[in-house]
This record gives sequence, C-alpha cells and structure tokens, in this order.
Amino acid sequence: MLKDDFMELTSEVEADICIITVHSPRIDAAAALAFKDGVRAAAQDGPDKVILDLSAVTFIDSSGLGAIVASMKHLAPERALILAGLGPTVQKVFKLTRMDQVFTLHETRQQALDMHRGSTCDS
Amino acid sequence: MTTPPPFNPFEISLSSEEEEVRDALGRLLVALGPLELDIEEAGTVELVIAEALNNIVEHAYAPDASGPIWIKCKHRTDGLHLCIADEGEMMPNGQLPLGMAQDVDVDMMDLPDGGFGWFLIKDLAKDVRYHRIGEVNQLDLRLAVAIPQPN
Repeated sequence: MLKDDFMELTSEVEADICIITVHSPRIDAAAALAFKDGVRAAAQDGPDKVILDLSAVTFIDSSGLGAIVASMKHLAPERALILAGLGPTVQKVFKLTRMDQVFTLHETRQQALDMHRGSTCDS
Repeated sequence: MTTPPPFNPFEISLSSEEEEVRDALGRLLVALGPLELDIEEAGTVELVIAEALNNIVEHAYAPDASGPIWIKCKHRTDGLHLCIADEGEMMPNGQLPLGMAQDVDVDMMDLPDGGFGWFLIKDLAKDVRYHRIGEVNQLDLRLAVAIPQPN
C-alpha cells in the first residue's frame, strides 16, 4: 500500500494479473508524480499484465493523463497497462486527446480481468 | 426562454501552487452551485480551469517562486465568462500557444506524455484570448455551459 498526501494506491495479484487500484479521487498536477512513483513501485517485479482500476477517480487533468501515459511507457514493451473503470469525466479526457485509441479500456475491472485472464500479453 | 437563476459574479484568488489549484477548483465549483451544472458541464469547467491554472503554476511563475492568481467569473446567456490573471512571465512571443492536437498514431515509446493542456483549453472553451497588460497576464475565455434553453 502506497499512501501519500496526494495519492493512495493498492495492488494485488489475481490470475497472474497485477491489479492496481487508485483510491484517490484525483489524478491531477498535484498528484501526478506520486501517481507515477506509486504505479512503478506497485507493478515492480510483478506479472506482465497490469490492470489500473480507475473507478474511484472522478477527475484527471492533462498532467494526470501524462502520468498514465508515462506509466504505460515505463512498463512497455514487455508489459501492458490496461485501464478499467473510467468514469464519464475521465473518459472525456481520453477521448478528446484520442488516448482512448492508444490504451485498452474496459468498463469494469471484472471485464478487464475476464478479457485478459489466461491470454498472453500480445493477444 | 427560461429565466437564468440568480447568479452574482465572483472572484477567487489563490497563490500559484498545485495544492492551491485543487482548493481553488473546489471553491469555483461550489460558487457555481446556483447554476446547477450537470456532471458533464461541471467536468468541462473544472478541466479547462485546471489546465489554465496548471499552466500558470508551471510556466508563468518560476519553479521555486509563487505568485498571485485571480479568477473572475460571471454568467451571461451565452455561458460562463472567465478571466484568469497572474503576474508571472509573459507567454512566449506574447501569444497563446497553438494548442494543436498531439499525434497519437506513433510508436508507443514516442507517445507524448505532456502538451495536452492548451489543446484541451482551446477544444473546450470559446473566445479564448490572451493579453499582456503591463506586468499582468490576462486570459479570457467563455464556456458554453448553463445556457438557458428555449422552451
């Protein structure tokens, strides 16, 4: 468990997938650095597939989006960052910047798990 | 036309720090309460103003210095009119950045992880204008939210 004034994350491994849950409601400029560090630490030495559960997040700005992109690049190319549970405001930022076409997005963490369980990273 | 709800112009001031930006956005949304924005509209307001404030914190003021920021807000039939001012450095060349969409059709490792801010502002806001007045940067913009619908 990483707990910072600006960012609270937990991680667990299920079906050989690392699931990182963001508990903070905002991934914004104030939280971006703590978020990147937190994801990096939570995913370290874990499974190749990492699901980021964003269902508790109600707001991201471009710094938060940049931090998610940077986290994906940090894991790549061997490992994949899969996003789940984007609320309407978060989804809007992904759509406007066309990052919705770059990331694998799932409505819920369960859907993400069902889809990626047992498959290989590239499938 | 429906009558717009009573709404008085207001001003919010903050100093150019990330935590203050969060706090100011919270105060802004509370002050906009009487307009009864839906979640989509409130999200647009919060995002655009967050980007404008973040730019000031990160670029107008030096990294180790902070300074004042003012937000003025009034409501008209064509939406919310916001004016954001600071005493930081002038915009490069005294002009607004182009705010072009970032190219995401690239290799993953070449994906941009920044530079989305002005694109989002220009995409979501109308009538975006920048003026340098003496030692002050002034950004004016309009958000087409809380517009009375014809019956």
